Amino acid sequence: MSRPRFLVTASPHLRGPATTPTIMWNVVGSLVPIILAATFYFGIGALLVIGSATAGAMLTEALFGRKGSLGDGSAAITGLLLGLILPPGFPLWMAFIGGVVSIAFGKLIFGGLGQNIFNPALLGRAFLQAAFPVAITTWVEPRGGWLTLPAQMTSVPFMGAGDVDVVTSATPLGLWKFERIGTELWNLMVGHIGGSLGETSGLLIIVCGGYLALRNFLNWRIPISIFISVAVLSGLLHLIDASRYPSPLFMLFSGGLMLGAWFMATDMVTSPVTNKGCWVFGAGVGALVVIIRAWGGMPEGVMYAILLMNALVPYINEWTQPKVFGTRLTEAPS
Amino acid sequence: MPYKRTFRHGVHPPELKELTEKVKIRRLPFPDEVVLPLSQHTGKPAKPLVQAGDRVERADKLAEADGFISAPVHASASGTITAIDLWPHPDGSYKPAIRIAVERYSPQAARPRIIPRWEGLTPPQIVQAVQDGGVVGLGGAAFPTHVKLAPSKDVSIDTIVINGCECEPYLTTDHHIMAEYPERVHLGIRIMARALGVDRVMIGIEKNKPDAIEAIRATLPADLNVTVHPLTVKYPQGAEKMLIEALLKREVPSGKLPLHVGVVVQNVGSCAAIAEIFETGLPLIERIVTVTGRGVAEPANLIVPVGTKVRDLIDACGGLTEDAHEVVFGGPMMGAPQANLDVPVLKGTTGVIVLSEAETRRKESFACIRCGHCLDACPVFLNPQLLGQMALAGRYLETEDHHIWDCMLCGCCSYVCPSNIPLSQLFQVTRTAIRRLKTEAAA
Repeated sequence: MSRPRFLVTASPHLRGPATTPTIMWNVVGSLVPIILAATFYFGIGALLVIGSATAGAMLTEALFGRKGSLGDGSAAITGLLLGLILPPGFPLWMAFIGGVVSIAFGKLIFGGLGQNIFNPALLGRAFLQAAFPVAITTWVEPRGGWLTLPAQMTSVPFMGAGDVDVVTSATPLGLWKFERIGTELWNLMVGHIGGSLGETSGLLIIVCGGYLALRNFLNWRIPISIFISVAVLSGLLHLIDASRYPSPLFMLFSGGLMLGAWFMATDMVTSPVTNKGCWVFGAGVGALVVIIRAWGGMPEGVMYAILLMNALVPYINEWTQPKVFGTRLTEAPS
Repeated sequence: MPYKRTFRHGVHPPELKELTEKVKIRRLPFPDEVVLPLSQHTGKPAKPLVQAGDRVERADKLAEADGFISAPVHASASGTITAIDLWPHPDGSYKPAIRIAVERYSPQAARPRIIPRWEGLTPPQIVQAVQDGGVVGLGGAAFPTHVKLAPSKDVSIDTIVINGCECEPYLTTDHHIMAEYPERVHLGIRIMARALGVDRVMIGIEKNKPDAIEAIRATLPADLNVTVHPLTVKYPQGAEKMLIEALLKREVPSGKLPLHVGVVVQNVGSCAAIAEIFETGLPLIERIVTVTGRGVAEPANLIVPVGTKVRDLIDACGGLTEDAHEVVFGGPMMGAPQANLDVPVLKGTTGVIVLSEAETRRKESFACIRCGHCLDACPVFLNPQLLGQMALAGRYLETEDHHIWDCMLCGCCSYVCPSNIPLSQLFQVTRTAIRRLKTEAAA
């Protein structure tokens, strides 16, 4: 008998069900329907914006990330998510820059996958908000025609934004904040509203996020605690003064809340590792969203709510360490 | 009963028991040589009583226990001792072992001996007989069984828990002991109950062994308070602390033993081995081993003489297949990998598993993405993510503040880690490093 060579490795000797790339590419897959919905509502321009952001993110990862790190799928997620939180008709070069900043300053500068403190896509968006405040608040009316591209989309860097020649509309949150005009709830749910590309169809996002939750690729406690927190707090405010504060359902389905709760706050790297911590984290995000929307200067607050809570994650982890088996009861008589 | 008997956390690896679940136990013919390491148990190695060239009969004592936490070693076959020398040990090192060239045409009969009647023995006499029989925990840890039957006076034991969980994938050893020798298990329980002076016995069996549950239930003694508890199938249900939590809702304090909560846990195989001492008079010289995995042609449950080489076991099961990639002693979650097919089966070897390449650990690892899956898996509620990062950074002593010594090395965290970070291996390394750092500091 020839001597076969055997593997000698530490236990356990069986492989578990999921790998990090499996999780990441499943997230990418679950974003596809949302991207298609964005394209349905905003035309081919949606794909171009998302594509530019993703190209920026992936190119940066490929150039400056660790060797082979493109294959883990995390850069693709960052790019797609960034694209989804940009307005339709956003200049493509800006979207590209956003993707670059997301990966370079949101992730690589901290040491790559797993090391970053803030959600890279939201960091990129925060950068764009600071750098291009006008472009990022120009909202195109859904259904402007499938193939029409707003002129400012293809504008050349630093040459001015071009003429804004599209029919713009305010987002439901903007309408409420500045003009106290409500939006039909059903339109909010299916997405027939103005807003960022991925902010439109709440129901679709629930389905896609729910798939990930069922497969344990995201911690369901985070979106659920965000929803509870938002619903309770905004419900209280609504009871106090219904003319000033919108209903909880409006709060849940408007703006980036659904996308943020299911896909941004649940980013494993930047959310707590403990389940108890996830409840705390979600409750904090929800509270901040309500506070910013109700009393802040901006109509929308999901981005800052999540970024602020990201910063607290190390503390939340420390506060919510599991109680080790054998230390939960009083000391045994020895 | 709506209440589910189990512990919290844990994992659900594929059970993979179907390969040998329905295969009846059969006896392996005596091999040409048996190799009996002096260290087959937790505690001090046995001291040899024989020399090279001696002729020994089956069941003769070859080495005696060195102190109380030790166990003797007996000849598992008749023949001539060829050497007492270093030999590959399943733990990966070379250890002193007694080699016996087995006599080919021997009837393999033991010398006539007096079989003690357990009913007439006092508890200390039973403990002595169990130690003389060389019985150790047959569930894998190989802790000398008699030690657990003689707890110190300052603890009071009220319950004996019999471990028939066999939560490791692939293994069907305990399953077949329960299904095929239930009376022997019950006799062992009776003797232990007498030794400990305890009348409450709980047998925990995972629900995936209905025939074992049925066989044990059908032979329950009428005069003893023995109960059978089917348990949820989950790894590591067979870990002592988890089993006690599932059956009794008692939590063994950190750093303490089951006897601190009034419980003694014994494996079903150990029960049968104790019974054998008082039935046939034979010490622990053979055991039942599951030889299985996709790398073995004909998986089987075998009765083998202790000291039989793995090579002989695999040959008896039709040899290796093309897929054979990794040979593991014990279960695939906690077992020890083998590089050499000359290693012998020990008293505590529950199974020999030959895994195929497709099911073994992945080669590539990724960065930790802080998914928290390891925290959800850890049955003792550690934070493997944090401990792993500390270990990788070489911050070994800090891990003590985070209960590194409470880790059972069950492997749940490594199993679920999507980034394939070898967490339980890191913890093993960390503990070794801490011990070294402390001895260096003391010196």
